Amino acid sequence: MEKTTDAHTSQWRIVDHDVIKPGTRGIVFNEPLIFENGKPGRTGCDIPQSEFPKRNLTAHFDPALLRHRVEGLAEVSEPEAVRHYTRLSQWNYGLDGGFYPLGSCTMKYNPKVNETVARLEGFTGLHPLQEPQTAQGALRVIYELERMLCEIVGMETASLQPAAGAQGELAGIMLVRAYHTEKGNPRKKIILPDSAHGTNPASAALCDYQSVPMQSGPDGLIDLAALEKLMDEETAALMLTNPNTLGIFEKNIKQVCEIVHKKGGLVYGDGANTNAIMGKTRFGDMGIDVCHLNLHKTFSTPHGGGGPGSGPVLAKGILAPYMPVPRVTLENGRYALDWNQPKSIGALTAYFGNFGVYLRAYAYILSMGPQGLNDVSDAAVLNANYILAKLKDHYHVPYNNTCMHECVLSDKLQQEHHVSTLDIAKALIDRGFHPPTIYFPLIVKGAMMIEPTETETMETMDMFIDSMREIAELAKTDPDAVTKSPTLAKVKRLDETQAARSPDLRHRS
Amino acid sequence: MECPDGLHYTKDHEWGLEEDGTLTVGITDYAQGELGDVVYVELPEVGTMLKAGEPFGVVESVKSVSDLYSPCSGEVLEINPDLESEPETVNSSPYDRGWMIKVAVSDPKELEKLLSAEKYLEFVNSLK
Repeated sequence: MEKTTDAHTSQWRIVDHDVIKPGTRGIVFNEPLIFENGKPGRTGCDIPQSEFPKRNLTAHFDPALLRHRVEGLAEVSEPEAVRHYTRLSQWNYGLDGGFYPLGSCTMKYNPKVNETVARLEGFTGLHPLQEPQTAQGALRVIYELERMLCEIVGMETASLQPAAGAQGELAGIMLVRAYHTEKGNPRKKIILPDSAHGTNPASAALCDYQSVPMQSGPDGLIDLAALEKLMDEETAALMLTNPNTLGIFEKNIKQVCEIVHKKGGLVYGDGANTNAIMGKTRFGDMGIDVCHLNLHKTFSTPHGGGGPGSGPVLAKGILAPYMPVPRVTLENGRYALDWNQPKSIGALTAYFGNFGVYLRAYAYILSMGPQGLNDVSDAAVLNANYILAKLKDHYHVPYNNTCMHECVLSDKLQQEHHVSTLDIAKALIDRGFHPPTIYFPLIVKGAMMIEPTETETMETMDMFIDSMREIAELAKTDPDAVTKSPTLAKVKRLDETQAARSPDLRHRS
Repeated sequence: MECPDGLHYTKDHEWGLEEDGTLTVGITDYAQGELGDVVYVELPEVGTMLKAGEPFGVVESVKSVSDLYSPCSGEVLEINPDLESEPETVNSSPYDRGWMIKVAVSDPKELEKLLSAEKYLEFVNSLK
């Protein structure tokens, strides 16, 4: 196997003439669906005999509504149930298991102290319909977290309600619409750079705005002249991400905001990439009017299947009257819920959003402190640049040779050997790494977007870099070995085309 | 890459074949190659009024979801019914069985603005 000669990587490298990689083959179980396990009548516990006489249900219900047999429920013993889910969990790959460089997703490690706080009985025992005077602690967490987030991004008002980044965006654009509507004209268009997240045009469309795409300049940044040309009195807002999806900071952001403001428009900041700039600069100071944050990215709360998301919306004071209800207020030392906001866009989620997530973010912010959050961005940017510097001679770098918290590579050099980004991603699985984000951003052909985050050690990144270099070398010498990957994974290369064309969505036909 | 003469082409990689005021529209061989395996094609309803340069549908491949842009303005007369069950036809026969819609051209002048096979080839080569 190919060996590199980097001095600092030698400490973990050579054992039995092979590279140490986290990926290997261990005991991996096959596991059928739980319904296919067990036997009829088997249970995990003793159900006591009913003390009450049996009733004839047909006397009370329409017989057509009664079932005589219950079908489809799993009948398994407790160890069978435990093993079933434990085995399935072993197929899973998560942050507690390894490196997860999924660009644009900020898959940082979630500290366990967050979990301890979220499990405090005073919080887990709360009912959302409890009277506010009996839930003062929980309301305080919401109130204070709103203030903390406002301080971090330089905004004046916040609502934690949106249950995901996309809903935070939607809320933001609803605020924009409410603002313009009250001024007499909701306007028609929203400008989006071509590097925008896919959810941006969706949010615009849901608020009945037409998306106007704007081509990035040759440096991957917003082209001021193009913006000036597109911006008019019928444009409600510009939506942008800063740093943008190429991992590049929009250095002309102040001028960008001025151009939009001059025509009466607002600027929406997609906060997906906040991990790069925390403590360094603030959306509010750049001139951005409204933004969202992803607590599940920047503030170390669980992602996707690992837990509900949370995408607070934050805005300047001009948008305060339209913020979602209920507002959490503080008067004379008492927290209360205020529903009386006649201009509000309304409630976005049942009750208060994903409260358990707030607790984790609150714990994270307090445990890190201002200096800690500032250091997060330093390390996140340094790590991404380290990976970029180590890989730039092995993979094509479509834009800058420096980046913010994530770097974008492409498969241009490997294409000569008919090895694609998808193949490289699959080959990484064999080497024990979750692949990076692939084929995004769309403006880079065959993009690989790598975001190491601040929580990885140099040793882990070196292992990843070595695997990436090894794959690049293999693409030249033995391309078939790359295109056939993964070979060690539980399931080998899936036929994505067939799965999309004729999806089989049931376990029985 | 195939690029037959006699068709009109757009920079968004659609082609159009004009016959008696009706334009048959599909995507080019280059487009299908770039998209990879097409898994779904969403087309407008017959009777929809299209505007030149505006999206009329969506083509989804394993890699991406892309808008389809109409080369001309006019009413949709017919859509290719086979694409719903066999979207792969777009890959195997982009200029023939993989056609997408037929449009009653409302302004023949718009067709003059479209690219010839030669100009389209030049454009594609400039992308590489």
